[in-house]
Amino acid sequence: MNSGRSFPGSLAEHPEAAVSHPAASRTAQPGPRADAIVGAGLTVRLARQPVLHGLDFTVPAGQITGLLGPSGSGKTTLMRTIVGAQRVSAGTIQVLGLPAGSPALRREVGYVTQSPSVYPDLTVEANVRYFGAMHRKGKTDVAEAIAAVGLESLARRKASDLSGGQVNRVSLACALVARPRLLVLDEPTVGLDPVLRADLWERFRAMAGAGTTLLVSSHVMEEAGRCDSLLLLRNGRLLAHLTPEELGRKGHSSNLEQAFLAIIREQEEYDGGRPPGQDASRSGDSAGMEQNRSVR
Amino acid sequence: MDVRMMLATARRVLSQLRHDHRSIGMILVVPALLLAAVYFLYENETLPPGVPRTFDRVGLMMLAIFPFVVMFLVTSITMLRERTSGTLERLLTTPVHKADLLFGYGLAFSLMAALQSLVATAVAYWVFGLDIAGAPGYVVMIAVINAVLGVALGLFCSAFARTEFQAVQFMPIVVVPQILLCGLFVVRERMNDVLEAVSNVLPLTFSVDALQEIAAHAEATSRLLQDAFAMAAIALGVLVLSALTLRRRT
Repeated sequence: MNSGRSFPGSLAEHPEAAVSHPAASRTAQPGPRADAIVGAGLTVRLARQPVLHGLDFTVPAGQITGLLGPSGSGKTTLMRTIVGAQRVSAGTIQVLGLPAGSPALRREVGYVTQSPSVYPDLTVEANVRYFGAMHRKGKTDVAEAIAAVGLESLARRKASDLSGGQVNRVSLACALVARPRLLVLDEPTVGLDPVLRADLWERFRAMAGAGTTLLVSSHVMEEAGRCDSLLLLRNGRLLAHLTPEELGRKGHSSNLEQAFLAIIREQEEYDGGRPPGQDASRSGDSAGMEQNRSVR
Repeated sequence: MDVRMMLATARRVLSQLRHDHRSIGMILVVPALLLAAVYFLYENETLPPGVPRTFDRVGLMMLAIFPFVVMFLVTSITMLRERTSGTLERLLTTPVHKADLLFGYGLAFSLMAALQSLVATAVAYWVFGLDIAGAPGYVVMIAVINAVLGVALGLFCSAFARTEFQAVQFMPIVVVPQILLCGLFVVRERMNDVLEAVSNVLPLTFSVDALQEIAAHAEATSRLLQDAFAMAAIALGVLVLSALTLRRRT
């Protein structure tokens, strides 16, 4: 399934376009090209099992960065680390110029968990109002956040009376109300119908246009095409940081799902001739990704 | 500590409860029904002249024990839900201070407890003619402090339960020993040394002692104030301990 944007086929005919800087491929991004998140050798262990293996990555400010990977690849752990809910075992992670988890970041970073974390026994409005109060936001911000997710008509309904997709949107509104500079969204479009999904992505795009940095995890590859750049995660290692166009080219398919699978297979073939325990994100360079300058 | 965030939390907890009519009904009505049961249990007792009715003794203690037990249960379940549903983790990524959360909870449930003990005390006095020396205001005061104690212990215990089933199991561990040893069933001086020593440090013991002071004296005695102060100090200490169980990072 294609999201409607036609990128990979045309790019394959003009390979020079894919070599350019990921950010340069979209001209609508205002503001400086700073990095909102910088991870260096980031290692996280859960119950002594390493979940993230020395990740080196950056998330550019004012863009939508997709975090893609199979289930269990460490997406949620990485997001929890960025919002400061997960302790770092080794390495560093800087968010908006401060170490992740710094008290000052609590005003700047919004986090929407995968399963909606709202109060089912409260109305939509009461939920958003409460999380807004934690950021000293008032009525207008609450109304705007509810409108942003299209729930105005249900504002006085209890969250427990809503459908799964609607509750997801309540959860999102509870993050939007704070107007964060960095918004971390864990699978925000699960359970949404295609129309709503398209609406939300338009909203994300508008927020990025206004300077918000978005990090969005998904395992729906059709959504990858809507991101400015993609972090591909697998088994807690970074496979690549590249644009959707580059992904299509590397994976030799206009279908991003096929492309992602192709890259994983390439990786596995390479891993076959290599002693275990080496850093896969580094080996990715010699596996045919040397042009992806974002992987360092 | 931010007062607005604390008030927002209290308001949120109360509106969560407000939608639950059945729970509110049980919180307000059940104590009165149990008081009625105690009253009719001892309705036909024959007492030597000058000895107070059993209802005046037991009924009075129940006025303090209800809010403690009910608020312990309500708080530990509510907080456990907050921990397991992800809302707590989410809240702790916002600027809210842990104290705002805990005191918000304490404030909300203390209000409920005050309402509960007002109803129960009114029923005890006006319907069943509770006859003690002290003023009903002191009884309500002790009941509310007891409720805060229940809230504090409930917040603390919720950290050690993974499921609501486990949370309910903390009631026999935390609440029942206190009821057994508080002096309601056996006068504390007649307990063996070990039980008396345990009894001496249990929070509910102080409230029973305080109520006995209220029953015996028309005015507030210094011992009543000491008891009230000890209970408040224990409640505050347990709230601080519960703050330690709220981790921003895991």
